[in-house]
Amino acid sequence: MGQRFANAPRWIWSYLAAAVVYLAIVVIAAGAGSFQTFSIALQFATFFVIAGLGQMLVITAGPGNIDLSIPGVMTLAGYLATGAMHGSNAGLLSGLALGLLIGLGAGLFNLALIRLLRIPPMVGTLASGFIYQSAAIAYSSHAVTQPSPLLAAFTSGRVLGVSAMTVLFILLTAACAVGLQRTRAGRAVLALGQNRRAASLAGFRVGGALSLVYLASGLLAAIAGILLAAYSGGASLDMAREYLLMSIAVVVIGGTSIAGGDPAPPGLWGSAMLLGLLVTMLNLLHMPEGVRLIATGGVIIGVLAVATPQGP
Amino acid sequence: MPAGQPALAAALPRFKIALPVAALAAMFGIIFWIRPAIFSYFGIGLLLDLAMPAVFASMAQMCVIAINDIDLGIGPFISLTSCIAATLLVRAPAAGLLALAAAIGAYALMGGLIHVRRLPSIVVTLGASFIWLGCALLLLPSPGGGAPSLIAGFVNLSPPLVPLPILVLAGAAFLGHLLLMRTARGAVLRGIGGNAKAVEQAGWSLARGRMLLYGIAGACGVIAGLLLDGINTSGDATVGAQYTLTSIAAVIVGGGEFVGGDVSPVGTVTGTLIMLLTGSVLSFVNISTSWQLSVEGGILIVVLGLRALARTA
Repeated sequence: MGQRFANAPRWIWSYLAAAVVYLAIVVIAAGAGSFQTFSIALQFATFFVIAGLGQMLVITAGPGNIDLSIPGVMTLAGYLATGAMHGSNAGLLSGLALGLLIGLGAGLFNLALIRLLRIPPMVGTLASGFIYQSAAIAYSSHAVTQPSPLLAAFTSGRVLGVSAMTVLFILLTAACAVGLQRTRAGRAVLALGQNRRAASLAGFRVGGALSLVYLASGLLAAIAGILLAAYSGGASLDMAREYLLMSIAVVVIGGTSIAGGDPAPPGLWGSAMLLGLLVTMLNLLHMPEGVRLIATGGVIIGVLAVATPQGP
Repeated sequence: MPAGQPALAAALPRFKIALPVAALAAMFGIIFWIRPAIFSYFGIGLLLDLAMPAVFASMAQMCVIAINDIDLGIGPFISLTSCIAATLLVRAPAAGLLALAAAIGAYALMGGLIHVRRLPSIVVTLGASFIWLGCALLLLPSPGGGAPSLIAGFVNLSPPLVPLPILVLAGAAFLGHLLLMRTARGAVLRGIGGNAKAVEQAGWSLARGRMLLYGIAGACGVIAGLLLDGINTSGDATVGAQYTLTSIAAVIVGGGEFVGGDVSPVGTVTGTLIMLLTGSVLSFVNISTSWQLSVEGGILIVVLGLRALARTA
């Protein structure tokens, strides 16, 4: 039995923890509205996963790689996209294109800092993230942001408690998991994360792999920002405030190795649900915002302290 | 260090402290040239008021960077300590002092946890930032509170000849330099960032070293929070948020390195002043404050980029 547990994939734990929190919610609410609770938490979780997916790819590329510009990109892309939509479906495509361009541009800028100027990713992306955020602040003073109704419906319309957006990103997560293991580009990312020198000697294009993950992270952050702004009925300057921590938290709680080279895509959903349900439970108990923040930070540090595998 | 560039490599340390000092002098020159009225006892006092909390925020970050870690929670931590000062310390001084001591203890424990479980400091301090912000919001859901008369009195002191902020900055630089650069224990602590194995083999406890540095960082954060509360005479759960980026930028602009324990208190004070005065210059030349973050991030990028180029040149 113990042997079997030891062999279970690491991401299983996040699902177990999420299930425990869900059971607690059912008990607290005496079963009332428990399906709706699940549905709301899944909605939150989807946004965490979109941002977390890019962060997972970056962290998988090896020690030192991290993208701290995600909240900045989210805010800027969310603002420009919903600003261009003007609340009409006619502006949908131009808004989407603008937002995605921001993501791509941010990814390229981050890459220039990391590969050309050789600035450590941690600091380079922290600094660039503040630049994106302040561009959003400057833009926000004369912008009216209103999402296209079609896009808003895509993010919030649910069938049996699940939105089309959630289904789409579950599929994308699965595709990403397969792509990392089966495609040459995916294997290059894994090899880079395990040992940069060995990957280079084995003929993998490590520079290309590094570019791929940062571009993907920028794009996914932009998508997360656009969808979050659409879901909330417009962008706001602090809409992505929690996503710096959340994007990293869903990755590490989900069982992805912080040392790189060993991602766990399924764990993103387990840990995002854990955090989403935790928020929902504290809301049910009418806990103040402060308690929610303390619980979130505590869970993340606690899981990290208990579950991080220790090297020799 | 690759061969063939010894002259540049040898010149680098001196170049690193000379450059920020020259930059700071130039900025003072520009400010006094645009606004001559500032060149007075009260003008300088007003200009540098907020440098007092900022410098302790940067000192806290410097302690953490000295062991190759990075602290993404120092801003919210300073918010929390300023909220404690604005509420508990006014209403129940004993409980307030206890809470501040507990906050410093929590910082030291955080350092211990990072060391024992070999966790990435960036994730732990980011997680802790939620805890600090949460506690601050519980204490003070909306801005308010007061300031203990002792602290409010201190920040309003008008010492003869030299404005208070300059005395505080000089004192912080002098004391930091004395403790970190001129004592045996300070050399050992910086050595952890340079060569942890050697320090351990010499018989020093790395766990205790990291806890001590995080503890000092916590103490600096408390001082920053107290000064901030004294200046604002009220607390706010988000008042310290900007210090996370500014403090990192100050340490680096002041000549510090992210790895190797290569940091300097004098450089950090200089870097803090550069970051602070950048904001003043921007507002004097009518650039919108919304671009302030961009400029801070941009300075950080330019300095690090130039340094990387100097190394490969």
